[in-house]
Amino acid sequence: MNQSNPLILGIESSCDETGVGLVRGTQLLTNTVSSSMDEHVRFGGVIPEIASRAHLDAFVPTLEQALADAGVTLEDVDAIAVTSGPGLAGALMVGVSAAKALALATGKPLYAINHLVAHVGVGLLDESIAAQAADLNIGAGALPPNLGALLVSGGHTEILRVRSIASDVELLGATIDDAAGEAFDKVARILGLSYPGGPAIDALAKQGNAKAIRFPRGLTVPKYMGTAEAPGPHRYDFSFSGLKTAVARCVEGYEVRGEEIPMADVAASFQEAVLDVITAKAVLACKEQGITTLLLGGGVAANSRLRELAAQRTSAAGITLLVPKLSLCTDNGAMVAALGAQLVMNGVAPSDLDFAPDSSMPVSSISL
Amino acid sequence: MRILTIDTSAVASAAVLSFDLADAVRSLRVEANFATADTRSHAEVLAPGVKSLFEDPPTEGPALDAIIVGTGPGPFTGLRSGITMARTLAFTWGVPLYGLMSLDALAQQVFDTPRYDAGRAVAPLAVREFVVATDARRKEVYWARYSAAAQLLDGPHVGPADAITAVQVFGAGAGLYAAELTANGCEVDAGFAQIQPTALELGRSAVRRIGAAGSLEAAGLLDTTPLYLRESDAKVPGPRKRAL
Ligand SMILES: [Zn+2]
Repeated sequence: MNQSNPLILGIESSCDETGVGLVRGTQLLTNTVSSSMDEHVRFGGVIPEIASRAHLDAFVPTLEQALADAGVTLEDVDAIAVTSGPGLAGALMVGVSAAKALALATGKPLYAINHLVAHVGVGLLDESIAAQAADLNIGAGALPPNLGALLVSGGHTEILRVRSIASDVELLGATIDDAAGEAFDKVARILGLSYPGGPAIDALAKQGNAKAIRFPRGLTVPKYMGTAEAPGPHRYDFSFSGLKTAVARCVEGYEVRGEEIPMADVAASFQEAVLDVITAKAVLACKEQGITTLLLGGGVAANSRLRELAAQRTSAAGITLLVPKLSLCTDNGAMVAALGAQLVMNGVAPSDLDFAPDSSMPVSSISL
Repeated sequence: MRILTIDTSAVASAAVLSFDLADAVRSLRVEANFATADTRSHAEVLAPGVKSLFEDPPTEGPALDAIIVGTGPGPFTGLRSGITMARTLAFTWGVPLYGLMSLDALAQQVFDTPRYDAGRAVAPLAVREFVVATDARRKEVYWARYSAAAQLLDGPHVGPADAITAVQVFGAGAGLYAAELTANGCEVDAGFAQIQPTALELGRSAVRRIGAAGSLEAAGLLDTTPLYLRESDAKVPGPRKRAL
């Protein structure tokens, strides 16, 4: 096996995206994604069983496409990497079964890797980030020191500290209920907007006043925050389920009073409530934990207001913000391959064929 | 011919069988076989189990004549693990891929088991029409009706066991609902009240068909579309629930 510049095939199936990516070292060869998003639209959210059925049918065609696009064969591949968690259990099972089949059919080593850490690994593939990293004098194919990550998607919302992508990642904070993207989807439904809710709310919010309605900021009161010296129980954590209820009550209030619902103001005020807390807590964590570079990941990175607020607040705090291009922020196989390559290059042992997917795999577990 | 069969509609199982096309049933040889007892560990055990059937999978796999996978019905997540495995192996090895209804494996086992009279085998157990049933969870069974020659007559179905009346019923689904079935005039054979579909029996069923047809292509095998028989539980949301 080529251990210094390995060709890795990465497989992702933790939510509604079937992804197969090929990466050589830190060079992105291809990133093929098949999404079942359209099948979830009428339900207003991802239906796990529908996603799992779609993964089963999408996997081999996506694999075939990825190999063709990259112009490589399975024989050329040095190792296979697959998301083993966290994610939807039934959906993970399809990618894991496929990856195990590939590993046993080819005799190649298999790496069962953590989806959240893979979101960080993608930073190694993005050219603009590589250029920024070169400016920071880090050298090609390396991540900056004192790195943190803010991951915001329909399935997860976390702040991570990355001491070493292959061996030391720590969860600083996470949502205790809904993911941020899930809150966008639910509020979009309340407002009668289309699924997925993120783009719909982002667009509508541009015409509204974000200060029109004061929605609650979850887990920001002193009993949860504490102080830097004596942190409360949820200093860097998030909660969005109360916010969703507050929006529903607000909308019903207008209906009960027979008033027209100020849709754009509600969308803007809701969005601000989510993103204000996310960016404030991420920057707070960076400052208190000595993080000097923050990488943004997850599908909500597409949100224009999140990018704007994150840019403002990190720059005010002297923190470098890295935002990979969107196709690498959303769930994909290339990020899995990128992390797999790091594990191979760092001499981490591959996984045995008998591991089980872990829908709540902790970030401290980078591979199984 | 040498085939790999996989079934995960209930337990996780896989087998490698070889046979001469000219005399398929009598020449059938079980080269390797693996099956779990439990029905909930497919993700962990299936790949090591398949691997254990070969000395060197990357060289032996491409030489197979076919891979045949049980397409259910069965609990969804487990069922998909076997179909994903089969599809991916077939793609990687460039081997033809077929499906077979998993309940056929049970029917084959019933058909193959001799009935004894005073210690002497006298006839196949299935001397008349019979039903095979497996656990569909949620107080229901997957079931299908077969002729005495183990030809599918009707099914597969999913539903409560009390929809099955006045027939011999075999399989773990029969054992689970023996009281209801007996009350409905069915006979439940205690010796077959725990059996589950396995890749080995699925393979025997496939070999019987291939032998009778004279070729893989003419054997009437299925594609690998899973037989879910149930929709996902997802409901299109109705009007918004009031929070006030
Ligand atoms: Zn993700």
